[in-house]
Amino acid sequence: MSQNQLNRQSSISEEDLARLSKEAEQEATPSSLRIVWNEFKADRPALFALVIMVIFILFVMIASLFINQGQAMATNIMDSYDKPFTQFFLGTDQGGRSIAKQLILGSRNSIGIAIGLTIISSTFGICYGLIAGYFGGIVDNVMMRIYDFMLMLPITLFIIVLVTIIPNYNVVTLTLILSSFYWMGTSRLIRARTLSESKKDYVAASKTSGTSTFKIIFREIMPNISSLIIVDTMLSFAENIGVETGLSYLGFGLPTNTPSLGTMIANANDPSSITEYWWTWLLAAVEIIILTLSISYIGQVIRRATDASQRLGDD
Amino acid sequence: MWKTVLRRVLIMIPEIIILSILVFLLAKAMPGDPFTGSIGPHTSAAQIHHLKEAAGLYNPWYEQYWNWVVHLFHGNLGTSFQYQEPVTRIIGNRAINTLWLAVFAMVLTYAIGIPMGLYAGRNQNKIGDTIIRVYTFVTMSIPFFVILVLGLWIFGYVLGWFPTTGSVSATANSGMATTLSRLQHIVLPGLLAALFGTVNIVQYLRSEVIDAKGSDYVRTARSKGVPTGDVFRHHILRNSLLPIAAFAGYSITGLLGGSLYTEMVFSYPGMGLLFLNSISYRDYTVITALVLLYGILNLFGTLLSDIILSAVDPRVRIQ
Repeated sequence: MSQNQLNRQSSISEEDLARLSKEAEQEATPSSLRIVWNEFKADRPALFALVIMVIFILFVMIASLFINQGQAMATNIMDSYDKPFTQFFLGTDQGGRSIAKQLILGSRNSIGIAIGLTIISSTFGICYGLIAGYFGGIVDNVMMRIYDFMLMLPITLFIIVLVTIIPNYNVVTLTLILSSFYWMGTSRLIRARTLSESKKDYVAASKTSGTSTFKIIFREIMPNISSLIIVDTMLSFAENIGVETGLSYLGFGLPTNTPSLGTMIANANDPSSITEYWWTWLLAAVEIIILTLSISYIGQVIRRATDASQRLGDD
Repeated sequence: MWKTVLRRVLIMIPEIIILSILVFLLAKAMPGDPFTGSIGPHTSAAQIHHLKEAAGLYNPWYEQYWNWVVHLFHGNLGTSFQYQEPVTRIIGNRAINTLWLAVFAMVLTYAIGIPMGLYAGRNQNKIGDTIIRVYTFVTMSIPFFVILVLGLWIFGYVLGWFPTTGSVSATANSGMATTLSRLQHIVLPGLLAALFGTVNIVQYLRSEVIDAKGSDYVRTARSKGVPTGDVFRHHILRNSLLPIAAFAGYSITGLLGGSLYTEMVFSYPGMGLLFLNSISYRDYTVITALVLLYGILNLFGTLLSDIILSAVDPRVRIQ
């Protein structure tokens, strides 16, 4: 029997079918994307933060394509410490380098590293948490011992030492070194959720019907905790911006001739620049504050959207 | 209870061993050797070779590691190349400064965090709670070093309320004046560290109080006719405050990690600044000793927290 015959035999008319499916659609729980969008619509500041964030990141990424990094970082003593709005839009630093160009390039580098760091460390942390939480028992015990050990390492000191002794040191190695020390927060969260998730009936049913372990973990449990993963990734992104800029501020982040928001703030280490030449560092500091605040605010809104009891968007 | 403590201490032993091996391997990976400082331009290659052989630098790494550990237990961490002084003495001088700052910051963190968390929990969803939630959100999101730099600029330079560098002013010579000057130097960094380190305490206490408000024992107390204030003081407060005490150990980790930034921004001569200086001078004996010391302090911090936690909350005791 073909589909057509089936339809003809049913007693429901075309219009009724259309009306009924429309009603069903209205009553069904909205998709998670729609929930998140409703949440943003209900919270005006969040929408504002989202728009600002997207426009800013797009602007930085596109504008940096038109700036030659070597040229922008070239020293020109004649223009040393120009005030903003004179010859240069946002003034220059000691070496006569335009602050505006450094801000754009620095933001691109800092955001880029934060994104790379978030992707690598979150992927590792998620896998670690899923495996520890799913298998439990001895596997979990051993993995949690390693986790505990990593947690008490003096992370910043280790990273600085590694950065100084690594032979060919560049952006990629920096991201890898950072990633190997910043997965713990994610893995603990994911493990706790996986632990409770793997006790549920659908996992047991899947196990009895012979689904492979790999498929249960990554195709069945992982989608079910995806909201937690999204929220955590967003929040660790905001945190990771602080990680790279902080290290660059101390002088152990990006290599010296690569601009970073952290290196710009390090201009404030000089007692005369901090007051007299405030534009060399204050703009970068304000930018980091706005950036991290809006990203974590967006993260908070998504978290609220995933937790039905806290939603503002439902009415 | 004592069984738990014993087990927890036993777990710590392999952790210390692994930590020391890691630190030793890091030290081995650094260029240079313990004689870097004492070799002059007239030392011949044969002499260096002889020195290295005598010090056992050609032995397999596990033998070298064992030697290093033995020296460690004799309190011999080597000589600093930059200062030409025993490492233990250099670190000892700086450790006091870091300790002052850490203790001050910790006391302030609790003094600010506990009332805030209790207030927010008691007045859930009222205006005060909303303000505190915004405050914790802001302090949690902004990177710590940015706040330190901004704080130094505003309160140190623009308003000129606090000294901007060092740990004690050069003019203070008598005992009382030195102490006051010390205090003056740690107020700003300590206050900033406390204001931006309360998030955990506030959030934990707030949710703890909210949970307690709906619990059976509070309902019983209320139905007996105990006044609201007394319920908070005698029932809720006691139950939620004890675990907070256990955070003290964990916050050592945070304060030590943050000390790098605090001491860099305020040019405060503590262990963090010593570490950063040693890195730029490639003073490897000091670096190794500091990494090991920070690791061991973190370890003891966590141990302390775990012991307090198991003392006040029987549920977390290891079976």
